[in-house]
Amino acid sequence: MVAHLLGLKWRLLLNGFKRSPWQLVGMALGLLYALGLLVLLVGGLIALRWADPEIAHTVVVLGGAAAVLGWAIIPLVASAADMTLDPARFTTFAIPPGQLLTGLAIAGFIGIPGLATLLAALGTVGTWWRSFPAVAGALLGAVLGAVTCIVLSKVVTTATAGLAASRRFKDLSSIIVFIPLVLLGPIMLGIFDGVRGSADYLPGLARAVSWTPLGAAWSLGGDLESGNVAAAGLKFLISAATIAGLLLCWHVLLQRALVTPPYSGGSSKRGGKLGLFGLLPGTPAGAVAARALIYWMKDPRYAASLVIVPLFPVLFFFSGSQSGSYGLLMILGPVTAFVMAWSICADVSYDNTAFALHLSAGIRGLDDRLGRALACLAISLPVVVVFTIGPLFVTGEWQWLPNLLGLSLGTLFTGLGLSSVISARYNIAVPLPGDSPFKKPPGNVAQTLAVQAVGMGLLALLLVPELALVAVQAFSGGPEAGWINLAVGPVLGLILFAAGVRLGGKWLDARGPEMFAQLSVNR
Amino acid sequence: MTEPRHEPTSTSEPPQASAPPQVAPPQAATPLAAPPQEASLPTPHESLGGAPLAALSIRGLAKRFGEKIAVDGVSLEVPSGSFYGMVGPNGAGKTTTLSMATGLLRPDFGTALIHGVDVWAQPLEAKKLMGVLPDGVRLFDRLTGEQLVTYSGLLRGMDREVVGARVPELLAALDLQADAGTLVVDYSAGMTKKIALASALIHAPRLLVLDEPFESVDPVSAANIRGILEGYVASGGTVIVSSHVMDLVQRMCSHVAVVAGGRVLAAGSVDEVRDGSTLEERFVQLVGGGHRTEGLEWLRTF
Repeated sequence: MVAHLLGLKWRLLLNGFKRSPWQLVGMALGLLYALGLLVLLVGGLIALRWADPEIAHTVVVLGGAAAVLGWAIIPLVASAADMTLDPARFTTFAIPPGQLLTGLAIAGFIGIPGLATLLAALGTVGTWWRSFPAVAGALLGAVLGAVTCIVLSKVVTTATAGLAASRRFKDLSSIIVFIPLVLLGPIMLGIFDGVRGSADYLPGLARAVSWTPLGAAWSLGGDLESGNVAAAGLKFLISAATIAGLLLCWHVLLQRALVTPPYSGGSSKRGGKLGLFGLLPGTPAGAVAARALIYWMKDPRYAASLVIVPLFPVLFFFSGSQSGSYGLLMILGPVTAFVMAWSICADVSYDNTAFALHLSAGIRGLDDRLGRALACLAISLPVVVVFTIGPLFVTGEWQWLPNLLGLSLGTLFTGLGLSSVISARYNIAVPLPGDSPFKKPPGNVAQTLAVQAVGMGLLALLLVPELALVAVQAFSGGPEAGWINLAVGPVLGLILFAAGVRLGGKWLDARGPEMFAQLSVNR
Repeated sequence: MTEPRHEPTSTSEPPQASAPPQVAPPQAATPLAAPPQEASLPTPHESLGGAPLAALSIRGLAKRFGEKIAVDGVSLEVPSGSFYGMVGPNGAGKTTTLSMATGLLRPDFGTALIHGVDVWAQPLEAKKLMGVLPDGVRLFDRLTGEQLVTYSGLLRGMDREVVGARVPELLAALDLQADAGTLVVDYSAGMTKKIALASALIHAPRLLVLDEPFESVDPVSAANIRGILEGYVASGGTVIVSSHVMDLVQRMCSHVAVVAGGRVLAAGSVDEVRDGSTLEERFVQLVGGGHRTEGLEWLRTF
C-alpha cells in the first residue's frame, strides 16, 4: 500500500509535466531555480566543513530550526500546501491508517520542496565530515530533521483543513501574505542588520534551540564532533519523541478529518442591505460601478492590489533612506497612477464566465466600460493625489507640484482609457474567481505578456506630451512647463479616457460573444 | 408592469396530470414573473401553428469547435405560450444551441429570432425580450443574493424602485429570503441555481431560456419553480428548458425536441413525439445506444 501511494504521487508529478509545453517550460524554470538555490545551500554547508565547529553548529541548528518552522507556516499562509494526496480523497478506500500515514509521509518527499529539503539536510553530513561519530550523527540528524519537517507540515495542514476550507480564512490569508512579500527587501535587510548586531548572541541561541524539538535533530552532528555523547543521546531522544508525538497527532487528526469533512457553509443573513447599489445612480453604468467597487473590497484578487498600494510609499521611502536621496520618492504619484489604472485591463478576465450576465442582459459596451473605469477612478483618484503631494513634504521641492500633478492625473486618465480598450478585446491570464491571487493562472501566458508589453508601450507613447513637459522643467528649471502640464495632463487624459471608453465599448458590443468564448476556455 | 394575474391556475395544469405533485404557485410570485404581454396569446394546448409569430425561431444553427461539429443545422419553432422541453444525451449540443439562440455564442451558420427580432442582428433589442439561465457559468458571487438580483435588474436599465419592489418578492418565491444577505459564493449548488433563475426573471421577459434549471435543486424548491414557470406560461410567457429528466419534461412541458449529435431527431408537442409510449422509451428508441446490461456478472457475486 505504501508503494502504491508513492507510485501514485510519482505518477501525479509526471503527469503534471504532460499538460502543455508551456507548463513544462514553467516547471523547468522552477526546477532550475530550486536547483540553483540547492547547489548554493549544499555548497555552503560543505564549505562549513572548514569552519570553526562552534560556528558550524550554530548555522546548522538555526538553519534547520528555520526550515522546520517554514514547513509549518508557509503551507498555512500561502495556501500552497501540496494537496495532491489530500487524505480526504482516500476516505472511501479502506486503507489501514498506519500504512496511509507512512505512505503519505514518504510521498511528501516526492516533489521539489520535499526533495530539496532532504538534500539540503543531507548537506549537513558534508559539514560534519570531520570524524566518524560526527558523520553518523549528522546523517541520522538529517533524516530525523527532514522527516520532522514533512510530518509537522502534514499535522498543521490537517489540523487547519477545516479552517483553510473556509472562504473567509482563504480570502484573508491570501491578502495578508502579500504584505511580507512586498516588503521582502526591507525585512531581509532588517534581519541582516539584526544578525550582524547580535552575532555573539547567536551561538547561545543555537545551544538553547538545540534542546527544543525544532533544533534537536540538527544538533546531533555538532554534539558528537565535540564529544558530548550524553547530550547527543538526549537530543536524539527528543527528536525521536517529537516525530512520534507528531505522528500520533497526525493520526488522531486524520481519523477525525476522515469522518468529519470540513463544513464550509456560513451563517445565513437576511437581506435589506443593498450597499453601494442603493447609493450609486440606478443606471446600468452606475450598477456596474457599484459591482466593481464591491469587488475591489471583497474579492481578494482585487483587494490584494489595494493592500499593496499603501506599501508603495514605504518601499520608496525605504530605498530613499538607503541611498540618502529621496528623488525617487517624487515619482510615487505617477507610478501609483500607472499601477492602479493598469490594474483594470484584466477586469473582464477577472469576471471569468460571470461576464455571461453582462452579455445576456444586453448592456451597452459603453456602460460596461464606463462603470468599471469610474469604479477604479473613485478609488485611485484620491490615492494618486495624496501620493503626488505627500512626498513633497519630505523633499520640499514644491516647484514640482504642478508638473507632477499634471503627469499623475494624465497617467491615471490615459491609463484608464487604454485599459478600457485592452480589457474589451484581450483575455489576460489571471487567477480564477475564488482562487488565491498567488495561484498560477490558467491560460495563455505568452499572449498575456505580449498584450501587456504592447499596451505599456502604447501608454508611454500616449503620455509623450506630459513626459516631455516634465523633461523641459528638469532641463530648464523654470516652473512654466509645470503649469502647462497641470492643464495638459488632465485635459488630454480626459479626452483619451473618453475615447478609450467609447472604443472599448464599441469593441465589446461587436465582439462580446467572442470575448465570452475566450473566457469560457479558462474556468 | 406588475399587473396581477386574473385567471389563477385554469390553464396551468401539466399536460399529464398523473399525480398532483405541484405546490400551488405562490401567489406573490406570479405577478412579477408574468410578462408584460397581451392577454390574448394562445395557451399551450391550442398553440400548435396558431401563433402568428414564434417566441423563439431557430433556423439552421450550426457550430463547429475545431474538428468537432457540435451543432449541425438545428431548426426549431418554439410557439408563443408553450412550455418547451429540450432533451438529449450528454454532449448532444443542447447547451451550444441554447447559447447561440441567446446571443452568448456566435453561430457559424443560421439565425435565431426572438418574437421576430434577430438575436445576431439586433442583439440588444432581442436580449431585452428574454431571460437566460446559462448552465455552467459563474455568477458575480461576491455579491449577496439580493445584490446580484438587483444588479441583474439594473444592468437591464430597469428603474431602481421597480427592481426594489420585485427583488424581495422573487426571493420569497424561491425560498431565498432567509439568505438574501449571504454572499452567493457561500450558497449551496441548488441555492446558486435559484438565485441565477431569479436574475433571469427580474425583468419579466417574454421568453425564458433555462439550461438545466432543476439540476441540484431540492424537490420542494423544484416544485416551487415549476409552479412559477407554469403560472408564467399560463399568462402567456414562453419557457424553453433543457433537461435530462424525461419524467419531468413529460409531465411539465407542452412541447419537446429530442436532440442528439447536434441534430433534432424529433420535435413537436409532447404527445406527438412520444407517440403512445413514455417519453423515456421513445427517447432511448430515437437516440439509440441503450446498451443491454450484459457483463458485470461479477457485480452480482459480491
